[in-house]
Amino acid sequence: MSIGIYIHVPFCIKKCPYCDFISYPLSGPTVKSYLESLVREINLYGSALADEDKIITSIFFGGGTPTTLPAASFKTVLNEVRSSFFLTEGCEVTVEANPGTVDGPGLAELRQAGVNRLSIGVQSFNDRLLGMLGRIHSAEQAARSVQLARKAGFDNLNLDFIFGIPGQTNHDWRETLHKAVEMAPEHIAAYGLQLEKGTPLAQAVERGEICTCPEETEIIMYRDAVAFLNGHGYSHYEISNFARPGIQCAHNLVYWLNQPYLGFGPAAHSFIRGVRFSNDISLAGYSDKLSREEYPVENKIRLSEADEMSETMFLGLRLSGGVDLNRFYRRFGRWAEDIYSYEIAGLCNKGLLEMSGGYLRLTTKGLPLANVVFREFV
Amino acid sequence: MEWEKDRIRNFCIIAHIDHGKSTLADRLLEYTGALSSREMAEQVLDKMDLERERGITIKMQAVRLHYRAKDGLEYQLNLIDTPGHVDFSYEVSRSLAACEGALLIVDAAQGIEAQTLANVYLALEHNLEIIPVINKIDLPSADPDEVKKEIEDVIGLDISDAVLASAKSGIGIEEILDKIVKIIPPPGGQGGAPLRALIFDSHYDPYKGVIAYIRVMEGSVRTGMQVKMMATGKEFEVNEVGIFKPSLTNIGVLHTGEVGFIAASIKNVKDCQVGDTVTDAAGPASVPLPGYRRATPMVYCGLYTADTVDYGDLREAMEKLSLNDASLVYEPETSEALGFGFRCGFLGLLHMEIIQERLEREYGLNLITTAPNVVYRVATTTGEILEIENPSKIPPAVKVEYIEEPYVKATIMAPKVYVGAVMELCQERRSVFSNMEYIGLHRVLLTYDMPLSEIIYDFFDQLKSRTKGYASLDYEPDGYRQSNLVKLDILIAGEVLDALSIIVHKDKAYYRGRQLVERLRSLIPRHLFEVPIQASIGNKVIARETVKAVRKDVLAKCYGGDISRKRKLLEKQKEGKKRMKQVGNVEIPQEAFMAVLGLDEK
Repeated sequence: MSIGIYIHVPFCIKKCPYCDFISYPLSGPTVKSYLESLVREINLYGSALADEDKIITSIFFGGGTPTTLPAASFKTVLNEVRSSFFLTEGCEVTVEANPGTVDGPGLAELRQAGVNRLSIGVQSFNDRLLGMLGRIHSAEQAARSVQLARKAGFDNLNLDFIFGIPGQTNHDWRETLHKAVEMAPEHIAAYGLQLEKGTPLAQAVERGEICTCPEETEIIMYRDAVAFLNGHGYSHYEISNFARPGIQCAHNLVYWLNQPYLGFGPAAHSFIRGVRFSNDISLAGYSDKLSREEYPVENKIRLSEADEMSETMFLGLRLSGGVDLNRFYRRFGRWAEDIYSYEIAGLCNKGLLEMSGGYLRLTTKGLPLANVVFREFV
Repeated sequence: MEWEKDRIRNFCIIAHIDHGKSTLADRLLEYTGALSSREMAEQVLDKMDLERERGITIKMQAVRLHYRAKDGLEYQLNLIDTPGHVDFSYEVSRSLAACEGALLIVDAAQGIEAQTLANVYLALEHNLEIIPVINKIDLPSADPDEVKKEIEDVIGLDISDAVLASAKSGIGIEEILDKIVKIIPPPGGQGGAPLRALIFDSHYDPYKGVIAYIRVMEGSVRTGMQVKMMATGKEFEVNEVGIFKPSLTNIGVLHTGEVGFIAASIKNVKDCQVGDTVTDAAGPASVPLPGYRRATPMVYCGLYTADTVDYGDLREAMEKLSLNDASLVYEPETSEALGFGFRCGFLGLLHMEIIQERLEREYGLNLITTAPNVVYRVATTTGEILEIENPSKIPPAVKVEYIEEPYVKATIMAPKVYVGAVMELCQERRSVFSNMEYIGLHRVLLTYDMPLSEIIYDFFDQLKSRTKGYASLDYEPDGYRQSNLVKLDILIAGEVLDALSIIVHKDKAYYRGRQLVERLRSLIPRHLFEVPIQASIGNKVIARETVKAVRKDVLAKCYGGDISRKRKLLEKQKEGKKRMKQVGNVEIPQEAFMAVLGLDEK
């Protein structure tokens, strides 16, 4: 069984007002203790897991802002992973990087440490909108980090973008898309801005200080992105993700195919052998437990088969290709069409789902209404 | 104790809600040793959980106490509990008919309330001796002298016998018992006459059948006797005769003047009507006791199950509830929107809420309730008079000559600073002022002619909120009057939703229609298509709103850490959907059917 590893790096130079991931302000001693704990955690799992649960096909450093860590620490961590697990040939190793936190030598060091994919948080090529998002970098800096990454030898780049930003026009968005394509990354992610409860941005909207982007505009932006990127050779393979043929993100496919993964670092989630659990979200709690050689695990849930099936459906339907019905049968020994016959029939009648060639997938109409479809499977 | 009629006292307690009736009843039980304080769950007489929770008495209870008075003799005291809420005033009259006296409890801090007054007048009509008890005298805000003066001025009672008490701290309990013996007359009636016993309440026991609560007026009843119900003519053999201690205790015989119960394997509550007279089948009395009028339902609503397959369970639950609640009226009806259900009649809004709550709680039903309405009288162009209990059944406007609606005489008691607020509220509710009088220095009693339908639309809540909770309300039916009423229909996605039709005064129709569609727009969730909501009178649409179609409902990101969270979100959304009623293609939440209530809340 092949497994993906996610490593959460909970540090940021400045927290973005729309973000609800766990992150802490950067400071030398905390980073040091974090890295020690992380190495300990990787080692702990490495010595506990059976060999067949240690075959790793992807590693993903997410955050936070992983590139706030000293470049050398990636080598340390990856070496620990290599000695504790078995990395497959061509194992994808991604690091999320934010413009303003990278430079040429640092990127070269990452590349040397074995990182082979970079995911750059560009978000927009419009300085006014970057300001609205509270980003620490300019559009110019973002473009520059892409060039630096290429120079450092990265041949697999993802650029992250956000649309539906308060104040963003359709024109703004198209401009950003144009520039994105000019940079010729291998992969592009375009996310509709989600107002996460409790974030400063959501609060500002609640207080009426900021007007959200109208739903109609957001729908047009989404359609524009799909059409434009398709036209430029990026295939739309997941609700928010686009890739050059064959260069999809292996790590994220682990999630959407409902495959096992291990999460290291505070607040990271794992799903292995039918059990889902998450780590202590506080850095102190996380480090404390590891210093006592304990698993820093908080919530452990064994998924029932019914839950696992329903998740396989609603995660798989995120993919443009849809759920592979034969693969579902091989995994559960039952046909999805039988288990969800009523739901599937209803959704097909409403024109939200379609079934063909052994796959069940969202229609163009169903895509922006994915939750309406997913609900039926939980 | 041998039966000795002169040493029997039958009494009840009249009080406003919260003036301490149940606590006083408990103290009387405790003092006379009917129950030790250890045996006593708080407030024994309020039997239902719901009663205890809401602190009100709904179902009447009775209990026999033994008390050795100052003269050294032991007396038999029968306490018949009465409900305090206006909805149940007819139950009050039932208990009054079985008594010779009443304790009038008035809160020493609050004074007389509208309802107390209504019940005192009822008691006076029944020629009951009344002993005023001024309760809660140990409260810092108590003003017993002012309250005494009120009782004297407003009701005209002699207050020289008034007892100052605190049921909570046990002050004045002995004095109350002494006054009961001294002031309340023993029952009349001849022991040797043919049996005449008044049924003042009943409950259904699954093993023994109907248990009839009786007061023997003349003659006596014993186990083995063949008795006849004078109204229905049905005969039964009595298997059990007993008293309430307060648990049912067999004693074999009840004599003239006594209060107790009989069981006679009566399977059907209808054969044992409250208010009927029980007599000896072998030597029957010639004339029944004056019965009292059956309570007529004032408020109707439709009760449906959220899931139509539960209809059978609802029917069973209604049957069971009605065994113990003679005032609950129901009959099957069908709604195009909601399927099979019942149109139910209640004594008032509280009664309605209680029944709904019991159905949901005790029978685990998921109910959809339509907004309550009164009974309208419709005169048709063909000269017929129809009684309409369901607004959707009103004939089309062209066939209606005129519509009449029930009016009530409403009495409102409030501190005089709130007179303006009360008058304003009454005016908004199409009421006609009829009288105002002062009670003591600080309070007034206002009398209004008011359409009953206005009372059931949150009137009481509004009254309470506009008077900071100080006003009290009582009302009694006052006949029907012609009004300019129209039927307001609600169309959802172009179809009339019968369960949402209401009858409104023409002057308020536009306003209410507007409010109602706005409210519905906020309650009905967005669908994959547009859902127009319209209010119409006849074919004329007077208000329109649209629930816009949902165009985007998607989570942009879903990675490892998001899965559990997103799953919970989806589950929650799905759960919400389940609680909705599917009408045509549209899913309508349960609250929508009650949307018309609470429209005036701002």
